[in-house]
Amino acid sequence: MAAHTSQSVAKAAGDDVENDVAARGRSRRTDSDSGNRGENRGGKGASGLRRAVGTHWYAWAMVAPVVLVLGVIIGWPLVRGVYLSLTDATERNVSRTIGARHIEATYQFVGLDNYVDVLSDPVFLQRLVWTVVWTVACVSITFTLGLILANMLNREFRGRAAYRMALILPWAVPGFVSVFAWRFLFNRDNGILNKLLDGGGIAAIPWLDDPTWAKFSVVAVNVWLGVPFMMVALLGGLQSIPGELYEAAEMDGATAWQRFRHITLPGLRTVSMTVILLSTIWTFNMFPVIFLLTRGGPGDSTEILVTQAFREAFVSSPRDFAGSATWGVLILALLMIFALVYRRSLRKQGEVW
Amino acid sequence: MSTANTARPRGSRSPLASVALHATLVVASVIAVFPVLWIVLTSLKPAKHAVTTDFVKEPTLSNYTYLLEQSHFLSWFANSVLVAGITTVLGVFIAATTGYAVSRFKFPGMKPLMWTLLITQMFPMAILIVPLYNLMGDLGLLNQPLGLIITYLTIAVPFCAWMMKGFFDTIPVEIDESGRVDGLNPFGTFWRLILPLAKPGLAVTGFYAFITAWGEVAYASAFMVGEENLTLAGGLQTFVTQYTSNWGAMSAASVLIAIPAAIFFVFAQRHLVAGMTAGATKG
Repeated sequence: MAAHTSQSVAKAAGDDVENDVAARGRSRRTDSDSGNRGENRGGKGASGLRRAVGTHWYAWAMVAPVVLVLGVIIGWPLVRGVYLSLTDATERNVSRTIGARHIEATYQFVGLDNYVDVLSDPVFLQRLVWTVVWTVACVSITFTLGLILANMLNREFRGRAAYRMALILPWAVPGFVSVFAWRFLFNRDNGILNKLLDGGGIAAIPWLDDPTWAKFSVVAVNVWLGVPFMMVALLGGLQSIPGELYEAAEMDGATAWQRFRHITLPGLRTVSMTVILLSTIWTFNMFPVIFLLTRGGPGDSTEILVTQAFREAFVSSPRDFAGSATWGVLILALLMIFALVYRRSLRKQGEVW
Repeated sequence: MSTANTARPRGSRSPLASVALHATLVVASVIAVFPVLWIVLTSLKPAKHAVTTDFVKEPTLSNYTYLLEQSHFLSWFANSVLVAGITTVLGVFIAATTGYAVSRFKFPGMKPLMWTLLITQMFPMAILIVPLYNLMGDLGLLNQPLGLIITYLTIAVPFCAWMMKGFFDTIPVEIDESGRVDGLNPFGTFWRLILPLAKPGLAVTGFYAFITAWGEVAYASAFMVGEENLTLAGGLQTFVTQYTSNWGAMSAASVLIAIPAAIFFVFAQRHLVAGMTAGATKG
């Protein structure tokens, strides 16, 4: 599942965000509770800080390990990444140790030059457009298929459990394994897909060797990987919609489509919002599918922003660390803008998230 | 989760609709299962038949014996187990109290912390990979499992904390209150009352952390070089490169990698789904 590094995280996080949404009301209660406790203990005249420490030291002590770890292994590299993006660091001028000899770093601060270079290069726009197309295509198709399958599985019929098991199978296999499986199926000369087409008298399709087909293929594989999670999450959402609503609607003579439109969709709102946000972020950053299936190729036609950043530092020669950091910072900036816009639009619609 | 009371009653479905339902689900199931099945079948074929469309012809375990005896598969497997295992244990251990604190208390700094945890989940590895690579280089940890473990903690810690918060949220606050009445401080409440109740949640969190590290590709590809130092994600790539394509070995390795993950998954699946649906239901 990890080929999806991000995907499984996402699954986890999705799970959790839903729990979070669900449990929010409850935790609030404790909050006020601990607040009261604080007031009692603080007493009159104590300084604000001492009172805060007295009230909150338990909580602070509990979160300390994570804060420490985040600061050291995420915060510091993050700051350093931003700094690198303002330098001309490459593999030739960073500090390194060859045998026993240590060579000091000789790269220099160059200000925003890297950003100017990247942003003025048409390659950035190309990558950005394809990344957005890739993300929108993957998320919308995955969501639609997940919704259809969840609705089908949410009925009583024979064999339901078996179908369900079969349909979540792609989720149980580590992502990078699945991607290799697909690479095998897509193989131009020896892949089963082309052999089947051949059997039907259709000329072989260059699945991974032609820019357009390669784009189609990476989207198909990512959808295949993503549908099980989407389906399970939406199935959970569907089962939480009270059956009485459907009965009442049926009494009133609502058609199946009207029931779907006016009961199912609104009932799924919370879950949908969460899974769409998460899967958008994962897909945007989906490294393994592109990297393992096409290596960004043929040429650079399937390269998304994240794989481009990786290519700068670890594939192209000489390795351009500063350039890679610049791409990284730009990706992060784009995602944060997206998250803010998304959150604001939810808020406008009165969602808590 | 498939009890009768949760599914809405649908008395009538025409035979035609029934056929359409089953037909669609059969097609979807075939698409879901076939790639996996095909890899399993390929792994059992002798090399000369690897790329044929025959289902199974002259089944053999030669791909597996090749893999275990003549490739570095076992070292990759050991590396992956080591890295993913330690990442999981450390991740769950470090994050547990934080999950509890953000679930139960409201304290200054909580909101920024929650935001940090959330934002780090959407961090592209692209922003951290170069600084971490240079850092590991300076510390001499490139090509070392320890370097990869530290790196994976950047993924595991935020999401373990975030996920455990969700599980702690599902445990009634009344339990904490009763603990407090009995004179336990928050640490005592957490350790003696809440943690035992949260065991399934911790297991699921650990499972996710393990699977994430087990299948991570980008850091593993960049940080580990040299055949025997690779993890599985890196090792599998060596079977199918620009120059060689040993599909037989690749498929056998895939099967051996997928089996432990899938077994885990089948066991944890009920909890995963239950956790998810519980959350959604109350939402």
